[in-house]
Amino acid sequence: MTESSTPAAPSATGPILRAEHLGRRIGDVVLVEDVSFELPRAEILAIVGPSGSGKSSLLRLLNRLDEPTQGTVYLQGVDYRQLAPRELRRKIGMVTQRAFLFPGTVADNVRFGPRQRGVSLPQDQINKLLTDVGLAGYVDRDISNLSGGEAQRVSVARALANDPVVLLLDEPTSALDESAKLVVESMILRVVRDSKLTCVIVTHDTQQATRFAERALVLDHGHVTKIGSVQEVLRA
Amino acid sequence: MLEHWFTGQLGLGLAQAGVAALAALVVVLLARRRQIHLESETAIALVRGLVQIVAVGFLLVFLLKGPEWTSVFLLAAMIVAAGMTSAKRAKGMPGARSVSIISIACGAGSVIAIMTWLGVIATPITSLIPVGSMLIANAMNTNGLALNRFRSEVLAHIGEVETALALGADPAQSVSHYSQSTFESSLIPAIDSLRSLGIVWIPGLMAGMLLSGASPLYSAIYQFVVLSMIFAASGLTSLISTVLMRAQVFSANEQLVLRPVMDKR
Repeated sequence: MTESSTPAAPSATGPILRAEHLGRRIGDVVLVEDVSFELPRAEILAIVGPSGSGKSSLLRLLNRLDEPTQGTVYLQGVDYRQLAPRELRRKIGMVTQRAFLFPGTVADNVRFGPRQRGVSLPQDQINKLLTDVGLAGYVDRDISNLSGGEAQRVSVARALANDPVVLLLDEPTSALDESAKLVVESMILRVVRDSKLTCVIVTHDTQQATRFAERALVLDHGHVTKIGSVQEVLRA
Repeated sequence: MLEHWFTGQLGLGLAQAGVAALAALVVVLLARRRQIHLESETAIALVRGLVQIVAVGFLLVFLLKGPEWTSVFLLAAMIVAAGMTSAKRAKGMPGARSVSIISIACGAGSVIAIMTWLGVIATPITSLIPVGSMLIANAMNTNGLALNRFRSEVLAHIGEVETALALGADPAQSVSHYSQSTFESSLIPAIDSLRSLGIVWIPGLMAGMLLSGASPLYSAIYQFVVLSMIFAASGLTSLISTVLMRAQVFSANEQLVLRPVMDKR
């Protein structure tokens, strides 16, 4: 399952997340090529670029939903190939464009991650997570009765229930209507900043990148064309 | 009507086959009018089916004179052919052929072996091959349905499956809902056959036993026995198939590797 049976201990200092020459090819098709960056604790990095530039492909490499064909990722100083995929994904949470909620109630969804490792999330913790995302009182609501914005809030709470050290956001508001977009965006931003989460957001919206991130990485055809402070990179 | 025109048994048989195939072709033409193109697949299946069954007929005549142990090889060959046929129902599914052969071998094969050992299926080739082939054929259909359904379900829910993986679920858990619905739906034909036995249809085996002079009561009971064995063989095949398929669609690093055939990601 993993490539080493003796994973190293996480480093207390240094970057939380470090991609080193990360890449993925399928045959002759380059999806991501030679991407390297470091992400210190509580920093937010925006990955921007046109459609098909490899933004989502890069994000999927960061939590190993796809296998890199080149390079690797270090999470808290540990090569992620030394971690069991389930443990890695618990530590690197992900929120996607669509919420993809599981059938059942809001609470069932929030409990899902911890339940996978045999942990029963206490009710007060579920209530707190839902309050944080602006859904206090939604605990027993069936997911079929949620709006798109509410469903996305549940998916954020569900990802946070795993207590991740890094949160990956893949265009988290792009499937929402205009009125819900800004509300959900400000909620995510507040939650991420309050919890000092290290975060990578993929967005095609440079305004959103500016509102979210300190640094930006621009991808084009899978290659990094620019990386630096969001002001320098996006206003250049 | 045909018996007036064809006096010889062979001529009558070919004419009956022609008329029956014509009925199938009418359905194909009706489907074609609705832009559903089954022409070549159906034509090949009809010709292939006729050639195969005639060939097996000749082979059976030859094998009936041989020792009983030869039926083991014949059944094994049937299992391999059944596996390869049903694997075609899951284009793009990694390892579909090996999953099918193993599932049918374990599912139908074990039921045939146990039932033969217990004496429910008689050992002469004339009994073992026809009854065994019924179990294998039904296991093949169930396996084909299971492969097709599982593949469609997972492809239709890639987002949900990967969301579960991203939340730390193990592969089995991430597709458990689709494995369950696959198992249930693949057994619908076997359940319906049992449910409608004697009311909607009187199966060929029972009719054959009656024609050959067996007691009507024993013929009826044995038909029930055969359908129960079909259900057991199909159910076991589907159960094994869904477990094996689950393992095939994920990599060693718990990544979903099943993608639509045209997807080059």
